[in-house]
Amino acid sequence: MLKLDNCRIINGGFAVEADLAVAPGVCAAVIGPSGAGKSTLIEAIAGFLPVSRGRISWNGTDLTAAQPGKRPIAMLFQDGNLFPHLTVAQNVGLGLQANLRLSEAERGRVDAALERVGLGGMGGRKPAALSGGQQSRVALARVLVQGRAILLLDEPFAALGPALKAEMLDLVAELARESGATVLMVSHDPDDARRIADQVVLVADGKAHPPQQTAELLDNPPPALKTYLG
Amino acid sequence: MAGRAQPVSAFPGIGAALLVAALILGTLAAVAFRAEAGTGLAASDWAALRFTLTQASLSALLSVGLAIPVARALARRRFPGRRLLIALLGAPFILPVIVAILGLLAVFGRAGWLSSFLGLFGLEPVQIYGLHGVVLAHVFFNLPLATRLILQGWQEIPAERFRLAAQLDAGPLAMWRLLEAPMLRRVAPGALAVVFAICLSSFAVALTLGGGPRATTIELAIYQAFRFDFDLGRAALLSGMQLVLTGAAAMVALRVSAGEGFGAGLDRAVRRWDGHSGLARISDAFWISLSAAFLLLPLAAIVLAGLPGLAALKGTVWQAAGNSTLVAAISTAILLGLALPMAAAVAAGRNGMTELSGILGLAASPLVIGTGLFILIYPIADPFALALPVTALVNAVMALPFAMRILVPRAREVLGRYGRLSLSLDMQGWAFVRHVYLPRMRAQTGFAAGLAAALSMGDLGVVALFANPDFATLPLQIYRLMGAYRMEAAAGAALLLLLLSMGAFWILDRGGRWHAEA
Repeated sequence: MLKLDNCRIINGGFAVEADLAVAPGVCAAVIGPSGAGKSTLIEAIAGFLPVSRGRISWNGTDLTAAQPGKRPIAMLFQDGNLFPHLTVAQNVGLGLQANLRLSEAERGRVDAALERVGLGGMGGRKPAALSGGQQSRVALARVLVQGRAILLLDEPFAALGPALKAEMLDLVAELARESGATVLMVSHDPDDARRIADQVVLVADGKAHPPQQTAELLDNPPPALKTYLG
Repeated sequence: MAGRAQPVSAFPGIGAALLVAALILGTLAAVAFRAEAGTGLAASDWAALRFTLTQASLSALLSVGLAIPVARALARRRFPGRRLLIALLGAPFILPVIVAILGLLAVFGRAGWLSSFLGLFGLEPVQIYGLHGVVLAHVFFNLPLATRLILQGWQEIPAERFRLAAQLDAGPLAMWRLLEAPMLRRVAPGALAVVFAICLSSFAVALTLGGGPRATTIELAIYQAFRFDFDLGRAALLSGMQLVLTGAAAMVALRVSAGEGFGAGLDRAVRRWDGHSGLARISDAFWISLSAAFLLLPLAAIVLAGLPGLAALKGTVWQAAGNSTLVAAISTAILLGLALPMAAAVAAGRNGMTELSGILGLAASPLVIGTGLFILIYPIADPFALALPVTALVNAVMALPFAMRILVPRAREVLGRYGRLSLSLDMQGWAFVRHVYLPRMRAQTGFAAGLAAALSMGDLGVVALFANPDFATLPLQIYRLMGAYRMEAAAGAALLLLLLSMGAFWILDRGGRWHAEA
């Protein structure tokens, strides 16, 4: 269970309050007007922004003061998820060893992950030699070898076309189901949420609301969400 | 938790900054301590101060005054070779001073091209030594810099303004009042201050073209007090004077100047609709050809004069070339060892002191640092035996401000773009430095290393203080050959130095960009 107890996150001039819990294995979309604090919420969970009040925990373990790399979290950012000077295999290998000294077994896991996302045999290429969709697959392969309990997505597929984005979201859902990971994904598109999210966290007016069932919320939106959805 | 966490520690950079600050301020303290024992300033020292200020003011006014029409012509004309000419405007920065002086002598000297040309009409040959020679050399070095700074101002006028002015059918006078004059009021003071500050610490130019009681800069006076009279107290007093001067000028220059003049995108041509009159065309063509000739003729002269001498170079010259290469290599290594951690520390934020220490070198003069080091080393070791490492160290510190201007923006970009991803992968410290920071900084590192190597290779400053007769770098050897009136050998060695400096820059800069993914 990912819990945010009475948290207050300050990002520059504005603050987001969160008091909510996400059950293990759930895929939750984080939805709300732009500038409401969706990314702020995600960054606080990932450890890039400090909470000025409250406590973040995973299955009872306090994460509030942990460094980003020490949390049970893998994250994909809006852009810049791959290092352009490293090969595909090295980019994935970073998920296992940050110093890139991989054992034979670890190399095998990298190859298997690439195979799983449909990029078998492409480990030696540089990201620039891949299409946008393939680059997203590399990042997902790294998430796969990281094997973290929580996956945070800050709209990593926003630059892809609609069909490709849907394909990637389906792949995320598949991988999360296989590993049992808890997923939080920021989105400004309610269709993304309907596609793969079990629940929705609405962020509006400086507050992150506890998750609700996706269909229920989107079919009967509260006023704040209604204004946003139009 | 203050600010964001960063995958790279600021401590090595802060340590490097402290070392640099200790070197600059420590030598300064050594100088100041020694200066108290001095006997006060002589009339000749005040003359040196007056000359320094006069030549720097004249050089700044002439460089910027001439740069304005040249930059204006370059801004509004498109012609074949424009890109090359603008790239060439960056070359004097890494051109060894002694090489340029030989080139200027070949064109403007008593037996030079200009004098021979005037002789055809029965006119007297021109005289290059003294104030006007010093100013001529300074304009040669700083006209290109001033042109780049002012061209940058022109390029920063939004293209829409030119479109609007064309739509309003603005004539030359209206263009001037609407667009050009306001831009120049913003840019020209900065260019003046930068050139003035650079010319204040002129040593090699004054050493070769000045000298005598009427054309001695403070830097040259420090050298003479040191080298001829071995009067450390007076050298220290002069150093103190120089430091106040350069410190004040550097502060003013940093405050009023925005760009640094080697920014990218200067060769971009903005579409213009003005300047179609015959007079404008002729005047632009005049300024462009004049500046190109002023830049290219001395370089051509060096190549022409040096080719015959190149084949007949003596062993001492080759030995000096070896020394210079070694000095440049060590200096570049020291520079990178200081600048890369310092850039990371500045980019990681909250390290204003590190940034300040990086620009301290702008205010310090090499002769002052050299004097201080000499005072510090003298009681414990033979300073002359340490000429090579001391030269390399001082050269590295002098190149540091430029390296920081190249490295810091990129370091900020790398940390901004990959910092969070690296942290989320728990990639910190050495793993981050090795797999992300250094590879992503490669092109900028190569550029900074190229500049540092070329500057060090061509430097004729502190080495003149420390070298004994058995030791010389190539620039010093050329100076000695000139002093012995062996001009052909000097020209040959100068061509070798030119090739070495430009070659070192080219190899390092290219090496950095080789197979570098964007």
